[in-house]
Amino acid sequence: MKPDLPFDFDVDAPNATMTINREFAGRRQMVWDCHTQSALLNQWFAPRPLTTKTRSMEFRDGGHWHYAMIMPDGQEYWSRLDYVTIDPIDGYTALDGFSDPTGAINPDLPRATWKVSFSEAGAHTVVRTIVTFASTEDLEKVMAMGMKEGMTSTLERLDDLLEILTKPEMTS
Amino acid sequence: MENYSPALDSMFHALADPTRRAVLHRLGQGPASIGDLAEPYPMGLPSFLKHINTLEQSGLIATQKVGRVRTCTLNRANLAAAERWFAEQRTLWSDRYDNLDTLLTILNGDDHEA
Repeated sequence: MKPDLPFDFDVDAPNATMTINREFAGRRQMVWDCHTQSALLNQWFAPRPLTTKTRSMEFRDGGHWHYAMIMPDGQEYWSRLDYVTIDPIDGYTALDGFSDPTGAINPDLPRATWKVSFSEAGAHTVVRTIVTFASTEDLEKVMAMGMKEGMTSTLERLDDLLEILTKPEMTS
Repeated sequence: MENYSPALDSMFHALADPTRRAVLHRLGQGPASIGDLAEPYPMGLPSFLKHINTLEQSGLIATQKVGRVRTCTLNRANLAAAERWFAEQRTLWSDRYDNLDTLLTILNGDDHEA
């Protein structure tokens, strides 16, 4: 049904970095709007079956997006993304973090830097998101928490995981 | 914070290389000899053995020599920890962006983009 749009997920584990490249069938201004307006973010940011709820958002340098991803059973996972620099419609950088429902950042968990950039590919738009933790120790802490929470645990079989992550690269 | 993996750094290092990831992928289908594993790669055996040693030191694989043949086996328990998290992150972004495709289709319809 949907067109097969290029998606790359690259892990540079020793540098505690993930790079996600994805092409979208939409003009850059529209894709930018979807990333920077809470009414639109609410419609896509949480992976199904979770839903997204925005408590507050100020999209400006020094502003923030305080939101929750909500499980079907009502369990809420709160986060706060702090915007550092904004350069419409080329990109923005932000610092993510786990928060509570009031927006207070959990100081015990590491934060990652997000560098999100938007470029044109004909009538399409390519979004590159680079997520970087300060150290592999920070990454390890977030991993340990993620495993305990099991929030995104939709893949159960190790064979499936192998298929996805260790897929041999055809190029280079 | 629970330290679930004693050798995460070496595991990260092992996973960082495309040849080593391909070897892990192959071993996901079952044990294999070093000779069989090395065959698809245009590198010399000493270079390939370095990759095998890195994987073995990381705990991601085990090797056992029977006669003249050294066989490699995937150590699934050790692979699971770091691998699983990255795979989940990949799924998270993939699913999230599928949602965005749907939203863009709706917005494009309103906008009647060519």
